[in-house]
Amino acid sequence: MIPGAAAVAETPPRGRQVRANRAMNDFRDGVEELIPALRRYARALARDADIADDLVQDTLVRALRSEKLFHGGDLRSWLYTILTNLNRNRRRALARRPPLLPLNDTGADASGTEAEGGDIARALATLVEEQRAVLLLVVLEGLSYREIADIQRVPIGTVMSRLARARAHIRATLAGERPMLKRVK
Amino acid sequence: MTDPKIPVTEDELHAYVDGELPDERHGDVEAWLSSHPADAERVASWRAIAEALHARYDQVFDEPVPPRLQIDRLTNRPPRRWIAGAIAATLAAFIAGGGAGWFAHGAAATPSIFRNFTVDALDAHRLYVVEVRHPVEVEGSERAHLQQWLSKRVGYVVRAPELDGAGLKLVGGRLLPGPDAPAAFLMYESASGERFTLYTSRAKTDATQMRYASDDRDGALFWTDRGVGYVLSGPTDRDRLSEVAKQVYEQTDKSGG
Repeated sequence: MIPGAAAVAETPPRGRQVRANRAMNDFRDGVEELIPALRRYARALARDADIADDLVQDTLVRALRSEKLFHGGDLRSWLYTILTNLNRNRRRALARRPPLLPLNDTGADASGTEAEGGDIARALATLVEEQRAVLLLVVLEGLSYREIADIQRVPIGTVMSRLARARAHIRATLAGERPMLKRVK
Repeated sequence: MTDPKIPVTEDELHAYVDGELPDERHGDVEAWLSSHPADAERVASWRAIAEALHARYDQVFDEPVPPRLQIDRLTNRPPRRWIAGAIAATLAAFIAGGGAGWFAHGAAATPSIFRNFTVDALDAHRLYVVEVRHPVEVEGSERAHLQQWLSKRVGYVVRAPELDGAGLKLVGGRLLPGPDAPAAFLMYESASGERFTLYTSRAKTDATQMRYASDDRDGALFWTDRGVGYVLSGPTDRDRLSEVAKQVYEQTDKSGG
């Protein structure tokens, strides 16, 4: 990509500048590697391709801008934390708008693997935000309970109970039980 | 099968499924599951949820990363910074101007070119976006032909930008008379039927500052780049318009105009 990058990498560090460049490139490479996973998480979390990629873009911009604030902790957890927070802010901003839910959304029109995908997406949509995030971070992204507790800034016990509720709720929804009726004022 | 000495808790079942259970408890949990079918069924259902999630969302992981999320673009892109600054300045000026009616403030350069271009482009925009059956002469499905034909007629390389990132698909294009020379007119549409048009023609100016204009129904962003004037018209939503404009700008910049 950068002409002469290989040559720079082969010569021994000549001082602070070279080390700083290398650290910067490591950081960027690390971020870059995580983009596909962040997109997957964002897509499942926001359930809209454009919103999801907006979230990822904002996450990346923010991460790259705060590169100097990042002191070699767990890059992956840090990026998931930014994305999770951005999504929470986005939802807060939207909270005043009335939600539009599909009418008679039975899923009867879908079939095969499409139906499976559709069902799980619909079931996800019925979860509360925090529960959905926990479920996705554990199941889809393979983060540990500890990491998620740090991301959500809650005790591990809270992560566990969110996970248990999310799984129970999804299971009931997929099994065709009526999901709890949304309260209508 | 005998129950383990210590009963298995629900937390442990989750930890078991998620690989967080201490090794020494594994045997106990497996024994518990073989003698507690309801729990075994629950665990199976959790695994099914995991499979369904991966089946649905792993494809996103495997997709190529879209250009706007590529790290080089996010870290190293002077044109984008330039344009973002230009747009911000334009929008600030627009808001300060009260946003009513025509608005053509901004620095010194060539208000007449700006005005001619935007008036023509917005006229075309209004005329054709309402067309349901014949909005374009050449359909977007014939992209290569469309680009070749328009390029030949307007005298510079016309490349229809990919605006999928903004949720827009190319409907097609047509040739129009322009202020000084023929104009290429491209129309895009979102899934919800929102339409944007991109109007380009030779412009005798090097001013590159981006300008915004709007009336009560339509908004337009105008800029010039290497002798070509661009007007992107769409809804008056400035954020949306500048989002699309950025993508157009980046791509025309890349293709070398």
